[in-house]
Amino acid sequence: MELLKVEHIEKYYGNKSSLTKAVDDISFSVDEGEFVAIMGASGSGKTTLLNCISTIDRVTSGHIYLDNEDVTKLKGKALNRFRREKLGFIFQDFNLLDTLTGYENISLALSIQKKSISAMDGVIKDIAAKLGIGEILNKYPYQMSGGEKQRVACARAIVTEPKLILADEPTGALDSKSSKMLLERFSYLNKELGATIMMVTHDSFSASYARRVIFLKDGKNFSEIIRGNKSRKQFFDEIINVVTLLGGDVSDAL
Amino acid sequence: MLFKLSIRNIRRSVRDYAIYFFTLIIGVSIFYVFNAIGGQAAMIVIDESEYNIVELLTSVISVISVFVAVVLALLIVYASRFLMKRRHREYALYMMLGMSKGKISGILITETLMIGIGSLGIGLLVGVGLSQLMSAFVANLFDADMTAYEFTVSESAMVMTIIFFAIMYLLVMLFNSFAVTKMKLIDLIHSGDKSERVALRNPVLSILVFIVAAAGLGYAYYGVTTDFTNLSVKRMYLYIGLGIVTTFLIFWSISGLILRIVKSVKKVYYKGLNTFTLRQISSRVNTMVFSMTIICLMLFVTICTLSTCISIRNSLNKSIKEACAADVEIEFRGMSLNEEMVCESLDEYYAVKGYNPTDFMSSHVNYKVYKDGSTLADFCGDRAKEFEEQYRVFMFSFEENIIKQSDYNKLMELYGKEKVTLHGDEYAVVCDFNRMQEIRDQVLAGKPDLTLFDTTLHCAYDKCFIGAIDIWSNNSNVGVIIVPDDVVSEDAAVKEAIVGKYDTDDKEKIRETNKKIKDRIEELSNEWSNKLLSGQAEGTYVSNSISCETRTEIVAEQMGLSAIITFLGLYIGIVFLIACGAIIALKELSGSVDSLPRYQMLRKIGVEESSITGSIFKQTGIFFLMPLILAIVHSVFGMKFVSIGMEGMLSDEMWTSIFITAGIILLIYGGYFLITFISSKRIVREMPGKTE
Repeated sequence: MELLKVEHIEKYYGNKSSLTKAVDDISFSVDEGEFVAIMGASGSGKTTLLNCISTIDRVTSGHIYLDNEDVTKLKGKALNRFRREKLGFIFQDFNLLDTLTGYENISLALSIQKKSISAMDGVIKDIAAKLGIGEILNKYPYQMSGGEKQRVACARAIVTEPKLILADEPTGALDSKSSKMLLERFSYLNKELGATIMMVTHDSFSASYARRVIFLKDGKNFSEIIRGNKSRKQFFDEIINVVTLLGGDVSDAL
Repeated sequence: MLFKLSIRNIRRSVRDYAIYFFTLIIGVSIFYVFNAIGGQAAMIVIDESEYNIVELLTSVISVISVFVAVVLALLIVYASRFLMKRRHREYALYMMLGMSKGKISGILITETLMIGIGSLGIGLLVGVGLSQLMSAFVANLFDADMTAYEFTVSESAMVMTIIFFAIMYLLVMLFNSFAVTKMKLIDLIHSGDKSERVALRNPVLSILVFIVAAAGLGYAYYGVTTDFTNLSVKRMYLYIGLGIVTTFLIFWSISGLILRIVKSVKKVYYKGLNTFTLRQISSRVNTMVFSMTIICLMLFVTICTLSTCISIRNSLNKSIKEACAADVEIEFRGMSLNEEMVCESLDEYYAVKGYNPTDFMSSHVNYKVYKDGSTLADFCGDRAKEFEEQYRVFMFSFEENIIKQSDYNKLMELYGKEKVTLHGDEYAVVCDFNRMQEIRDQVLAGKPDLTLFDTTLHCAYDKCFIGAIDIWSNNSNVGVIIVPDDVVSEDAAVKEAIVGKYDTDDKEKIRETNKKIKDRIEELSNEWSNKLLSGQAEGTYVSNSISCETRTEIVAEQMGLSAIITFLGLYIGIVFLIACGAIIALKELSGSVDSLPRYQMLRKIGVEESSITGSIFKQTGIFFLMPLILAIVHSVFGMKFVSIGMEGMLSDEMWTSIFITAGIILLIYGGYFLITFISSKRIVREMPGKTE
């Protein structure tokens, strides 16, 4: 079933004399239960695209449908409610509240949705166990490693059972071991819990964990590859090939 | 170049500086307004006796101004240091770019200069404007008419304000430059990496400290109120010290406990943004303990000063209306060993001189006051000891004043008050000093007999008459015993007086009459003191005195006193409130700037704007309320202490003064709260740089 549908969206910055087309007519769709990676060089428009989908930014033209609801038409309170109930966010720099413990960071996502307080504890413990952070729930962010912080952020994103999880360079600030652990958790959430994940990255290794990779170049769709039944290694090689084709910055980033 | 940089800096950090600037402007204008009062009042007041009061007011205010200046200086130095600390990263950048410390000092000095000149200019303008309003207030106090009023600018106040504030700004510059020379680049660079470690205190220790502090405070409260009679200066210091220390400890322990307490109530803690709000508070409360203590104590002083001053003022104003039922009282106290001098009465003496002061009066009464050596203790009889224990402020060896029934009734007729009727060998008491009236009423309730001039008299009334015999009494008559005329022996007279009324209401005529009477009295008084001097030379002893009080003087004196007290209370109160408000506001605003990323994150995960506003309101509210609540508790006992200590001077209706005090606090402190809340909201609402 189609969950997210992006239709001919455009996002321009600047004025008439110097116009930057950050996103230039992109269309694609994501089915429920998919794990999609979006790749592209710096400046290819991937973060802008993500911001538009997450309603942090507004599109210049085009439509984005999530669950058959046009999010580009949402305003004010409806916008906040949409973000709160339908989306889960994972950021490159974790964005945990440094004054709260891991547990409280996760519970906050539930309490702003006015979820029942008595049921909260079980849900949090459950999700923490699945992400392997049960032991560190009472620690503060400054007492955690990068990988732990990102898994707490991940728990916060999925604890509310959002329709779509948006991850913006989630491994950008992690070492390779932590990255691998996090990505394996993503795969697990996707496969076992049926979470729909959309991840923006410029790292081919991260992208190889996805089921499908969409490549962007200069704000346009460049190509798309599907993992299918291939092994992760094979898929990784395939991604590298496209990245080579794309040329430029991405190879620098590798 | 440096100048440009300074201007840009100020403009950029305007949200940090706004409160600082605002506070400076209020400080300058208040300073000017109160120092200009003398000049303003002198404009309005024409009467000499009133003018003396104005001079007294001016000098009292300039003394207090020094104290106020110290408070303001501390506030300014604190605020500027605080703002400077916030900019450590900026200085680090300058230093990395190769700017010398001298140049950084230069930037700071230019900034301070600009802010200083700006605030002084605007503050003086506001002050001049406000002082015109103040004039109307002063005119109202002195009952003067405003028709002759002109727009005035007090030069001396202006010069004084400029000098005081110039010194303060100079101090700030020195402090800042000194701080710059001590800065180390490495520290500056790392100053931004705040360790957000929430120092969790041992809960058992916190509870223990809280209990000890509360007990200590309770002991101090008990000491200054219930145990008032055992209070000595030494103990007073002990209680004050105890109060300060326990205030600090209470904030210290509460800051450690508050989170734990709320956390244990899961339903509250995990509701909405409460988790976030509480953590925000507890992450800052640790660093706020010290400033909250200072603010709490300052608020306490403010509340007590304001309500005491307003209460005294109300009671004075009330007594002005009540007292002074006649225009003039001339008092003659005489005892003479010089035969020539002895006169039977004032009238007679004046007759010798060829004129009579009563010439100018439309009606008058002569009366005498007698003493027979019996004391207040004698009056109390068996209960003297008991009362002496209870009311330590009174002298029980004080000799009772006695007046003849006929004199008293003549007086009351003049004053238009109730007369007394005594049958044969009865006595009555007239008194209007609160606490003394309490004692006397308790005694009179038993209707005891009293022996005066070797005659046993029966009690005619079981209560005191409320009133006084002198026109200047002002609720301070500790008691006069009224007896039948034939009881007293004439040679026991200690004073003779004439109380008179004029036949006019015209202010100008009253003033003229006052002057005529006063001139004659002065002449007489001089004559006597010359005789006294020559008498001493001849080895004879003369002790005669004559004095005169007019209603005009008494009213002016009380009004002036009332004005001085009102102004002092307002002056100190307002300055303290500004200082308190400014400190919290600065801390809160900088806290909001620091927390900006947190709020942005909350928005990203879809928190409603109204919830965020609610959270900011709670945070700001708690930081403003915590010191205020403890200060109010302190004040309840503080005011009890004041009302015991200043018996009779305070108005009975304490509620009026408490309401006015609350109003002033609400206006200024509440104003700071509102500004802080609104600017915090604005700071947090900024969503810098739509992500590109």
